[in-house]
This record gives sequence, C-alpha cells and structure tokens, in this order.
Amino acid sequence: MAGWTFLVAGPAVASELQEHARTPSALEQMVRQDCGSCHGLTFKGGLGSPLLPENLENYSVEDLSSIILDGLPGTAMPPWRAIISESEAAWMARYLKTGGSK
Amino acid sequence: MPRFFPAKTRRSPFRPLATLIAIGAAIALNACASSPVALRGTADLATVIARASGEVAVLDTSNKQFTGIIGGLGDLSHASIVYARDGRFAFVFGRDGGLTKIDILSHKIVVRTLQAGNSIGGAISQDGKLVAVANYEPGGVRVFDAETLELVADIPTTIDGGPDRSKVIGLVDAPGNRFVFSLWDTGEIWIADFSAGNTPSVTRYQNIGIQPYDALITPDGRYYIAGLFGEDGMALLDLWHPQSGPQRILDHYGKGEERLPVYKMPHLEGWAIAGKRAFVPAVGRHEVLVIDTETWQEVGRIPVHGQPVFVMAHPDGRHVWVNFSVPDYDTVQIIDTQTLAIDGELKPGTGVLHMEFSPRGDQVWLSVRDDNKVVGYDPYTLKPIAELPLPSPSGIFMSDRAGRIGL
Repeated sequence: MAGWTFLVAGPAVASELQEHARTPSALEQMVRQDCGSCHGLTFKGGLGSPLLPENLENYSVEDLSSIILDGLPGTAMPPWRAIISESEAAWMARYLKTGGSK
Repeated sequence: MPRFFPAKTRRSPFRPLATLIAIGAAIALNACASSPVALRGTADLATVIARASGEVAVLDTSNKQFTGIIGGLGDLSHASIVYARDGRFAFVFGRDGGLTKIDILSHKIVVRTLQAGNSIGGAISQDGKLVAVANYEPGGVRVFDAETLELVADIPTTIDGGPDRSKVIGLVDAPGNRFVFSLWDTGEIWIADFSAGNTPSVTRYQNIGIQPYDALITPDGRYYIAGLFGEDGMALLDLWHPQSGPQRILDHYGKGEERLPVYKMPHLEGWAIAGKRAFVPAVGRHEVLVIDTETWQEVGRIPVHGQPVFVMAHPDGRHVWVNFSVPDYDTVQIIDTQTLAIDGELKPGTGVLHMEFSPRGDQVWLSVRDDNKVVGYDPYTLKPIAELPLPSPSGIFMSDRAGRIGL
C-alpha cells in the first residue's frame, strides 16, 4: 500500500485517481488476466510481446506507462487511456519491471 | 447410479475422487486396473478451463455439478480444447506450448508434451488420428499422433526463407484430413493436406490481408474465413474450390469510421450461423455484423453493449448470444436472429469470458472469471439453473464438439 501511495505522481493525476482508482489487487488482477490475454498469464508472451523483467530492462517505467496509455500503432497493443489512469499505468509498469513484486 | 450420487446432498462442486474411483472399481468389475471409472456416456459432459490454476474441470450438465478436476496442465491463459472422436478423451492446448491428452471420465492425464514455447490453440483431424497445434514460438504448426502425442509433422511458417517465422492463428480442421490456418505476421492462409499420409502437401495463399487475427470454418467445412485486424474486412476461402484462392468479403466495412481501441481480440471460432445469416463480431466497434452466407455481403449491423468477443448461435438458431471485452464484460446480450433486435440481457458477474450451449440448447453455461464461478442458465427463461465455483474459469467445451467439423 505504501508503494501505491508513493506512485501517485501529482495533484492532477491524484484527483483523476480518486474517481476510478483500482486497488492494488484489482490492478494485479487486471495485469495478470486482461493484459495476460495477449501477453500470457505468466508474461511469457503471446500475440503480445513477453513482459518479463529481462524483456523490459531497456524500458523505463515512463516508457512502459506511455505504451500502456497510448498503445503501439501498427500492432495489436491498444491505447488503454480511456480506462486506465496514468498512475495505474505506472503501477502496472513497475509491477512488470519488478516481476510482480509491486 | 443416482443412488450412489445423491446430487442434492452434495455441497462440494467436485465428487470426492476416492469415492468415484471406489464406486467405479466396484461397478466396472472387469475394467482394466489402470483406469477404473464408472460406466457412463460423455455426451452430457463439458470441460471447463480454470486458466489461472492450470486445471480443467469436468462439468456434468445433467446433474449440474463438476465430476472432477484435472490439474498440472501448465499455463492455460488462452487455452482451448478439442475432443477425440469417442468423446471421452480431450486435448488441451496451453499457452506455454503444453499439449495434454486427458480422460474426462477418469479425470487423469493420459499423455502430455511440451511441444513449443508459446501456443494459441489446435485442432484434430477429420479421421481423429492427428492433433495439430498452432504455435507462436517457434512460429508454425506441429502435428502429433493423437494416440501417443509423438511428433508426426512440423510445418514452420518461415518468412521469405529466412530465420524469422510468423505466428499462426485460426487453425481448424477441414474435410479431407486437412488443416487450415492463417499467418498473423505475413497475412497468409495455408492448407496442410494430410489425406495422402503423414507428410502433408502444403498450399500457401499470400496477400490475404493485414494481420489475420482468428478464423472460422463453416459447420459443413466448406468455407474458411479469416478475420483481419490490420484492416477492415475478412478473407474467405472456398475449400470446395481452393484453386480459386481467397476472396475479400466485408471489404472496408468500417471505412471512414474511427475504430475504438481493441482491448481484446474477438474470437471467430464458435461463430454464429443462424439460417442463412452469419453473425460475427466487428473489430473495434460496438457492433455485431450480419452476413448473408449465400452472397457473403453485409446485410446488417447490430449496435451492442460493447466490443463483442464471442458471438454464439443458440442451437435452435433463433437467437445469438454475445459477450464483450473489458471493460464491458459483465454483460451478455441476446439478439433475435429474425428481427436483429436485442431481445434480452444478462449480468452474470464480472469477466464473462465464454459461453457454451448444451447440444440441444436446453442450457447455456457461462464462465465468469473474476467471480470465480461457472453459471448455467435456461436460455429460454433466462433463469439461472446452477452456479458452480471454479477459480478463473475461461473456455467451456461441450463434448459434442467431438462430432463436429472445425471444432
């Protein structure tokens, strides 16, 4: 929970968050199950790229957040901005980069 | 049998395995010692994938309870199942390349192999002797002996003869012991013909469209249709006249319209055909498309609650049922195939991933992932008939698929 609070980056994001903030367990469920539909429940990849920590070494949390929020044109990765907030995307990016240690 | 299994008194979703084995052994006096099971048919049984725990539960749709569960099946995100022609054995295709043959009566693994690094589904040949798996990594199709799961043929989907390979999607069986599949990366349809033996004759069709994401085959096995993700439209191949090559249908059905972000790929397997109309999910739109199956022209669009994932016809053809991608996956809508109007709606819970009708259509079973339950409904009254706990359920597969082309 401490990590969650820490990740709230700024006032604008925080206010957005309060509207539809997901709990860490809901975020974990979303990463594993919904992202996992394409990237695999164990993040070893599928139609989407593998998302294990070693695959993400060259991407910062900011890089990954922006991919989550804005998608990758020309691929099947959609922009999630309509249903995921910036701080939620950052939480997911950190979760993936640390291999699920949150 | 009923006096051994008083269903009403059972609270556990699973019959205790020990009891089942003991009774099976007692009844089947001359059964072989390795697999003592109670004598019963399988036509009312279904398999249900528990995706997060790597298990498959066996659902008895008559007694509305699970008869057992089979674990140790690996990563079952995006898993699917086909049946051997006897309807007793089933093949589970896991995300992690696992291919497992299970016995749905004894609830045991018969044989299992880790045949690739990353897979998306499979099919069983018309004669039941070959099981094919569509692989992402390494890209291609591998074909196995249905008895032993020994490798029979390897069909790498190489790109321009180089080291790269395309991911394979939309693998189905077709009459004449053929397998048909599509290549995501290169926009191709391939036919692998095993009618002459275990060395297939492979036919390639290139430039079918950008990023085919899934495919279907009509119930008679004549038409193979690949949906396109990278552009609007579908590619149709007439397997009665494969030399004519694929043709484009529903070309640019969304032309000039802004497509929504696609949070989950729609599925075409288990598509809906009712009368001479086919119902397919639109990609990136809150619509179900209606196609005339004689002319392959679009004849209607039905606005629905969200982005459709599965569009499934009730066996009597009067209605099609539709579920949706995140974030609208708490809802199922029911479309009248005559009026094309929404005729009913259900809110079974969060994360409705799949729907499967009983073969004659007296029941429909839904998997509700985030509520960790499988729910049964009477599709005529929309009244629930059962609610069974199962962790993260996804695909539900009735055993009557054993006798159907393309499933």
